[in-house]
Amino acid sequence: MNDAIVDTAINTHRITILQAINAALADALADDERVFVLGEDVGDAEGGGIVGVTAGLSKRFGDDRVRSTPISEQAIIGASIGAAIAGWKPVAEIMLMNFVTVAMDMIVNHAAKLRYMSGGKTSVPMVIRTMTGAGASTGGQHADYLEGWFAHTAGLKVVAPSTPEDAYGLLRSAIDDPDPVIFIENLISYGNKGPAPVSGHRVPLGKARVAVEGKDITIIAYSAMADRALQAAKILSQAGISAEIIDLRTISPWDQETVFASVAKTGRALVVHEAVKPFGPGAEVAATLSSEFFGRLKAPVERIGAPFTPVPFAKSLEDAFIPSPARIANAAQKLVEQGKL
Amino acid sequence: MNDNYAVDGETRVEIYRRMALLKANDERSRKVIKTGRLMMPYYSYRGQECIPAALAVNLTDRDYLCTIYRGIHDMLAKGLPLKELWAEIAGRIDGSCKGKGGPMHLTSPDKGIMVTTGIVGSSMPIANGLALAAQLSGDGRVAVATFGDGASNIGAFHEALNMASVWKLPAIFLCQNNQYGEHTTYEKATSALRIADRAIAYNMPGVRVDGNDPLAVHAVTLEAIERARNGGGPTLIEAMTFRFHGHIYGDDDAYMDPARKKAAMEADPVPIYRASLIAGGFATEESLSRIETEIEAALDEAVEYALASPMPGEEELTTDVYAEGAAA
Ligand SMILES: Cc1ncc(C[n+]2csc(CCOP(=O)(O)OP(=O)(O)O)c2C)c(N)n1
Ligand SMILES: [Mg+2]
Repeated sequence: MNDAIVDTAINTHRITILQAINAALADALADDERVFVLGEDVGDAEGGGIVGVTAGLSKRFGDDRVRSTPISEQAIIGASIGAAIAGWKPVAEIMLMNFVTVAMDMIVNHAAKLRYMSGGKTSVPMVIRTMTGAGASTGGQHADYLEGWFAHTAGLKVVAPSTPEDAYGLLRSAIDDPDPVIFIENLISYGNKGPAPVSGHRVPLGKARVAVEGKDITIIAYSAMADRALQAAKILSQAGISAEIIDLRTISPWDQETVFASVAKTGRALVVHEAVKPFGPGAEVAATLSSEFFGRLKAPVERIGAPFTPVPFAKSLEDAFIPSPARIANAAQKLVEQGKL
Repeated sequence: MNDNYAVDGETRVEIYRRMALLKANDERSRKVIKTGRLMMPYYSYRGQECIPAALAVNLTDRDYLCTIYRGIHDMLAKGLPLKELWAEIAGRIDGSCKGKGGPMHLTSPDKGIMVTTGIVGSSMPIANGLALAAQLSGDGRVAVATFGDGASNIGAFHEALNMASVWKLPAIFLCQNNQYGEHTTYEKATSALRIADRAIAYNMPGVRVDGNDPLAVHAVTLEAIERARNGGGPTLIEAMTFRFHGHIYGDDDAYMDPARKKAAMEADPVPIYRASLIAGGFATEESLSRIETEIEAALDEAVEYALASPMPGEEELTTDVYAEGAAA
């Protein structure tokens, strides 16, 4: 029933998401001399990243190819864009997702649009890695999920893995990709373990993964919420409900084929993300499904997201802010029961 | 005390009282975090006490302050009540921001503590706005933006200083140069040999001062504040200092040169200034001990108050987003 369990039996070597991203960067640096990494504190003299994602890379590949920068997000992204246009493959780290705000001009007005505005004469094959996620008591300016902004910008691709294998394979594909990719890492689940990816493994951008097969309802999630959706599936199975969990993996462009096939089977869909609900990616998915499956759905497509507030500091409020497995399971159960009426 | 500063004894002791408060508060914070009773990202300011203590005696509650995540010292020096502080960092309803902001966003407008930012560089443009408000209303207030050395490499620093100079805003840009931005050394990240030199590009006075010397900081900030109040425009001050406990609580300091750290800690401004007050006849061992005992008692009370305060209820999650409350 659970694909993941079968995989584990075959591949017993398990690593963390953090190690997988580190390995993907190392392999990309080794495979292609045009790849280089830049960001605040990414070098080993500075500890190899605030949580060690880039640890060991500057020692192995040199300070030129793995370079710590001043605290200058606009200049980090600008330099990445320029180098990318000139044929290099920069992988920039913007430490936390909230700090992309300081570089939004570079990302939205330039990285995303240069290919189009130049009639295809220039292109920006760069990756922006960034971390985020509520749950560490960091408050309003350190934990937002802002993927909706980027998914709403033509010219950008947006990726958010939830397992080590996907993190590795998606990052390799993002670095290969000829266009700018925003690569979102969940800060809270870096330590989550899973089967180790095979070196060189690629997960194509724009392809979702059916994490658990089911027949009563399709739950579509990504990043840390994919894990929470899996936990919800366990709660639901105890109530006799069989939920199919789809980890979207790429938010833009999203994999309509896989999601459509699932909803055609289950007739019910729930989209879950940690980003605030209004105007979030869930709205795009829900609207598309509602239109595609008009008249064939057993229940309305529902969305779960964080409430429309900044991320609160107090533990009591932060816990209430992040969608919980119980909340996901409840909503799914309601949809299934509603569809039976 | 052998110095030429025309600072009266009462002010000298008051500067010490604030330094002692900041030091004791930092030590207490780290102690309580260690016990697990406080869960928060903590950016210790230990080592930097002298700068806001000497600044703040020159300000009134009506003057504005914009500070940063490493800014609890700035705020306490400017009068943030201990109970409000502790309840906030404990995430409780009686905190300065009902527990919603936390340690990086403490706010206390009654004391002129207007904005605390977790975003590097953002204190400066907003301080300009507060200074502009003071200029427009002619109320004689000044706005102080504090920030780190690393923040002077962000675009916002340069935009804000240029605008403040062109508009002759009553603003003081106070850089606490602790020689590191997270794990990156000053030398590796900053092109200017001295941050104070960057003032030249914006046609405003730029001064570097020893941030371990309270009387020097007092003199330099007083001059800048008077210039601002009198319509003379902004000043950039670079106070040289050091953070004794790394970037964030739990930081292992592996990236730091141990000799550099050791030398800085040996120059701890708090005990040195304390000894100088006694040697100079401005205070006695007993009078300073009394101050320190009072501080410890106030801290006991504040911690107890904070931990007894309730967590915010779930209804608080969606209030304060807009004036009329949040949408679902
Ligand atoms: C725009 C932005 N980029 C990065 C960060 C992460 N960050 C937090 S503190 C810090 C170092 C700042 O150094 P400095 O300005 O010298 O202040 P200090 O912490 O030394 O007091 C960094 C990079 C941030 N908060 N905001
Ligand atoms: Mg610094």
